[in-house]
Amino acid sequence: MPRQNIVKTIAKTLDQQMEIDSSILVLGQDVGKRGGVFLATEGLFDKYGPDRVIDTPLSEAAIIGAAVGMAAYGMRPVAEVQFADYVFPGFDQLVSQAAKIRYRSGGQFFAPMVLRMSAGGGVKGGHHHSQNPESLFVHTPGLKVLYPSTPKDTKGLLTAAIRDDDPVIFMEPKRMYRSVKEEVPEEDFEIEIGKAKIVQAGDDVVLISYGSSMDKVLEATKILREQAISVELIDLRSLMPWDKEAVLKSVARVGRVVLVSEAPRTLNFVSEVSACISEEILDSLLAPPIRVTGFDTPYPYAYDKEYLPSPNRILKAVQKVLDY
Amino acid sequence: MTNKQRLYLLEQMLRIRSFEERVGELFLKGESAGTMLHLSIGEEAAAVGVGAMMQDGDSFTTHHRGHGVFLARGADPKRMMAEIAGKEIGYCRGKGGSMHIADMSLGHLGANAIVGGGISHIVGAALSYKTLKKDNVSVAFFGDGAMQQGILYESFNLAALWNLPAMFVCINNQYGMGTRVDQSSSTLDFAARAKSFGLQADTADGQDIEDVVNKAKKLLKQARAGRASFLTINCYRFYGHARKDKSPYRSEQEETAGRQQDPISFWEENLVKAKIISNKKLETLKKEIDLEMDAALSFAENAKKPELATMFEDVYSPKQAKPLSNKARLDL
Ligand SMILES: Cc1ncc(C[n+]2csc(CCOP(=O)(O)OP(=O)(O)O)c2C)c(N)n1
Ligand SMILES: [Mg+2]
Repeated sequence: MPRQNIVKTIAKTLDQQMEIDSSILVLGQDVGKRGGVFLATEGLFDKYGPDRVIDTPLSEAAIIGAAVGMAAYGMRPVAEVQFADYVFPGFDQLVSQAAKIRYRSGGQFFAPMVLRMSAGGGVKGGHHHSQNPESLFVHTPGLKVLYPSTPKDTKGLLTAAIRDDDPVIFMEPKRMYRSVKEEVPEEDFEIEIGKAKIVQAGDDVVLISYGSSMDKVLEATKILREQAISVELIDLRSLMPWDKEAVLKSVARVGRVVLVSEAPRTLNFVSEVSACISEEILDSLLAPPIRVTGFDTPYPYAYDKEYLPSPNRILKAVQKVLDY
Repeated sequence: MTNKQRLYLLEQMLRIRSFEERVGELFLKGESAGTMLHLSIGEEAAAVGVGAMMQDGDSFTTHHRGHGVFLARGADPKRMMAEIAGKEIGYCRGKGGSMHIADMSLGHLGANAIVGGGISHIVGAALSYKTLKKDNVSVAFFGDGAMQQGILYESFNLAALWNLPAMFVCINNQYGMGTRVDQSSSTLDFAARAKSFGLQADTADGQDIEDVVNKAKKLLKQARAGRASFLTINCYRFYGHARKDKSPYRSEQEETAGRQQDPISFWEENLVKAKIISNKKLETLKKEIDLEMDAALSFAENAKKPELATMFEDVYSPKQAKPLSNKARLDL
């Protein structure tokens, strides 16, 4: 099995699926000849040509809208928005149209499309290149939202997203595009949408996170191991639907939980997870759940790193739930 | 145009080029200039030709490749460089950087890292001028890429429909990232698109600043009289999309030919030939400008970073009765 980073995995997965299913096509700005700003579609244009790998103008609304129409009429488009921050010129097409096409047509039409986008901060990009808008998507019934953090999960979930019959927002942690490598099976496989991954089992505290925040969480987990604190680490991977069952099971057993996500704090996706924990298993909690998040500010430029939930902030939160 | 004005145009173009060569250095030295830096080398005549024809009190927005326009409108290179380096003394207290720089006193309503993001703001600014009976124009600068964003056409329509003192300036450098303009636009006659909305429109040669100046002057005058206008300026993006992009999608021959269309050497040659400046004086002028920009670079590097707590400021009005408390969370 080849060791592979996340971007390479995306390109190879798209290639594999396009080989299997001729209704899949890729579209977006510079996804063709240039292979994508991050090279996540590298090689596809040469292999599949301009009919299946489409370089589009700078028109997010039309890219997303056209994907809806294509999906309604037999294709499986995988559209790319280079940065999650650029989705907003096309947000209406996503929220008002893609998300609702099945519902409002009484199930006649549906949009089996994937919208890929890089997300997350810490890359000195400022407020238009660093955001994590997953909560906005999750808050839009009709959309599915995935946000994996490893190459293997990327492959399994992207495959599942492409085969899914509803619009799937596929978020990619740009900070970790090349920094995380692991062995990825060559064969075609799917990971079920809506299933979390227990990255490591433990008894003292449950750490819950996903996507771009996972790098900091893993750093914190390493330090906690050195301190002999036993961590159960859950990578949600899928945010809509999310794996409530796995979360409640772990937290009920351990009794202490810290939830980490770099998106702004208010209505952060983990706030929903935390609310469900409090609502459903309050009796098994030994301490109130604590969220470690980004801040309720636009993503800062000068203090790009400080915005992120650092290992240090995560460790403090863990200490707090342990000391409670 | 007087000789003094001709020299002024040259000086402004040289300042932009010198500034950008240095900001490129700042970028390559580390992360202080962000991860995305877009140079307008080769596009100086567009920035200066229009910028020099605008008047005090006029406002403008730019795209992400806007250093040139801001300098042409009077930006202090020191504070600009400091902003790009994320320093407190920068134009936006280090909160904007290169792609989002803004300055109220110079009428810069903001560069924008969202393609098309700032275009509609000039429509609103122009509507305010009209309502408040001010004699100002608001100008949007953007690239050929933005010619494919829907918001541009909504803005065209409003500006024409409401007879606004608004001007749209497309700096057509032939590329949007790796995509050549003929691959992304159904027509290359951008002025025709604008005309179809009822805008006064023209096309200028971005190598020849005199052509830009003449057309900009006319179209600004019309805009000031409530006849919204559009100018597209053809030029060539000399280097990659961003500082690190090596442009693998275009040939060396094409680049070499494109860089022949240098508005600065074109204007220099003209002025030397017409004996408006001697070669020797030109060298002296360049040296002076380089020194000014060197000083701006070291000013920025030595300037103070903002206090950490400033990252929580400016989200809402300081008048907000109960500020949202973010600060405490830093401890966690
Ligand atoms: C809404 C949006 N989509 C995509 C991008 C990514 N992007 C940044 S600049 C650019 C090309 C812009 O081309 P153009 O408007 O011609 O300006 P130029 O860079 O050539 O000056 C693209 C695609 C973005 N910043 N915003
Ligand atoms: Mg361009």
